[in-house]
Amino acid sequence: MTTTALDLTADVVIVGGGPAGTWAALTAAAAGADVLLLDKGYCGTSGPTASGGTGVWYVQPGPAAREKAMASREALGGHLQDRRWMARVLDQTYENMNRLEAEARYPFPVVDGVAHKRGLQGPEYMRRMRSWIKRAGVRVLDHSPVTELLVDPAGTVAGVRGHRRQHDTGYRVRASAAVLATGGCAFLSKALGCDVATGDGALYAAEAGAAMSGMEFSNSYAIAPAFTSVTKTAYYGFATFFHGDGTPLAGAGSQGGRSVIAQELLRTGTVLCQIDHATPEQQALMRSGQPNFFLTFDRLGINPFTDKFPVTLLLEGTVRGTGGIQIVDDDCATTVPGLYAAGDAATRELICGGFTGGGSHNSAWAMSSGTWAGGGAARFAAALGSSAVKRRLTGAGGVAVRPTGSRPFDGDPWAEAQDVLRRQVHPYDKNYLRHGDRLRPALSELDELWQRLRAGASADPAGTPRLRQAAAMVAHARWMYTSALARTESRGMARRQEFPGLDPAQHRRLTVGGLDELWVRPESLLAPRPELAVAS
Amino acid sequence: MIEVVSASRCVTCDVCIAVCPTNVFDRGAGGVPVIARQNDCQTCFMCEAHCPADALFVAPLTHPAPPDSPLRDEDHVTDTGLLGSYRKELGWGRGRKSGARTAVGPELGRARITPAPAQGE
Repeated sequence: MTTTALDLTADVVIVGGGPAGTWAALTAAAAGADVLLLDKGYCGTSGPTASGGTGVWYVQPGPAAREKAMASREALGGHLQDRRWMARVLDQTYENMNRLEAEARYPFPVVDGVAHKRGLQGPEYMRRMRSWIKRAGVRVLDHSPVTELLVDPAGTVAGVRGHRRQHDTGYRVRASAAVLATGGCAFLSKALGCDVATGDGALYAAEAGAAMSGMEFSNSYAIAPAFTSVTKTAYYGFATFFHGDGTPLAGAGSQGGRSVIAQELLRTGTVLCQIDHATPEQQALMRSGQPNFFLTFDRLGINPFTDKFPVTLLLEGTVRGTGGIQIVDDDCATTVPGLYAAGDAATRELICGGFTGGGSHNSAWAMSSGTWAGGGAARFAAALGSSAVKRRLTGAGGVAVRPTGSRPFDGDPWAEAQDVLRRQVHPYDKNYLRHGDRLRPALSELDELWQRLRAGASADPAGTPRLRQAAAMVAHARWMYTSALARTESRGMARRQEFPGLDPAQHRRLTVGGLDELWVRPESLLAPRPELAVAS
Repeated sequence: MIEVVSASRCVTCDVCIAVCPTNVFDRGAGGVPVIARQNDCQTCFMCEAHCPADALFVAPLTHPAPPDSPLRDEDHVTDTGLLGSYRKELGWGRGRKSGARTAVGPELGRARITPAPAQGE
């Protein structure tokens, strides 16, 4: 029996303090639950939303507008969405955005006398979410990475264990239900705000027995000026791209031409860009709309509208991909009792299918799924009642906390994981422009590394969170490539160079799971698209 | 990455130590934060936005700025108005109007695709 310095109890514990986690906390607290929110960084600044800005899938109620909104991205997403879930998200997002104005006093811009709710400025949004949940009575522990889930003898999630890094003490939370809102995984690419998104929640969920869905939709790369962090791919829709010698790079574009940029970066290492098709009025709107987009340019002395500057593509993995923890009911429950998933940690296939064109759907999903997961967790906790605190707790963590081998890891596990991920996951010719001949050896190396980590990696309490992050990223990559290999067609963002077409026989989602031995399972075929049925 | 901590402006409030999502700062002598783990900095500009004294400057680079870079020079970033510029644009600070109030971006249509150069160009 390990003793921990801090022993806490809560009805609902929320892991992650971004938009999904804070909406979950708010909803659970409103349902009467005693809520504890844990963030590995700081709730209010952690994650890609807080440091960026995001569009929001906010659509006025009304059948015509809703129909148009739902239909607009279905083909891009490979028709893997679910209309019922899309409608639920549109309803919930509409309600939450209106609450943000009325209850959190978010200062929406007013256009033609009407509050403009199709976007949120990240720093302002998350600062307000933090103070809102605190007003609602939620306890917040910052700089407190969770390192594993705790389960009862039946396998029901019953708490978490973690480390308070600014106090260098461990903690344990006994809870009746848990919500994982840990974000996606961007593999420490330094894409804006994404370095806290290392897929921790997916690892913890898998260790408790949950599965992933849509992990092949994990090859999102965002445009940023070279050697910088500010990713705002949408604004590059106004840009022209060039070879290093200044001649136009034909076919390149932020949407529908990003692979041309990747190929040129692979070939020569240089792509130049100039945002030369924005009118002066559009330029001014870009600055007021997203001031952080200009931080890079202003500070480096670049005029993006008149200068040619080098750009790169930064891996955003499942942050802007759509894969994540599989959810099995309207409360965003996972297959594990007591465990809920929300935001980028959960699969977004239900509303996006295999593609998200930007933050708008993801932000709507975060606030909606967070609301549902928080409500579901609170109900689960209430149903358990006071017997919950008497359960015997066992740590579910495996890799990097309970090595299976007799000998310690030979080498520096963190450094090796970084090296393998840099060589096998970040490169555009491995994860972006996918081909089975390159995916298979990459997966083999990731598998070998996993086996070694599982057998021997461990660290002292202060070093454990970081090592668990490394393991989480390796696990994430293995699920990604296993699913990518199983989808022998091109659908959504999961494109295979040797299978360029859409295969109607693969019009279904893929579930993937396992830790030491991975498995992948095709779900049942989805209903054919009406227009295809007519055409055939 | 975070490059400048202005000891003369710092009010030792510890806000940056708290808000940095990747735990880059430690409290230094006299309460002025020190950049203890620069390599963990993810260049998200959050510390700078939250600093009430405009004492922090984040260079927009994902690697440390070279030793002779003006982005490491407190006088340069002060004189050019870069220090505190993000907080100003966000409209955070006493007497300022929230930048969110005017944050309406341009309509985004179909992304432009770079055309092939015209014949003979």
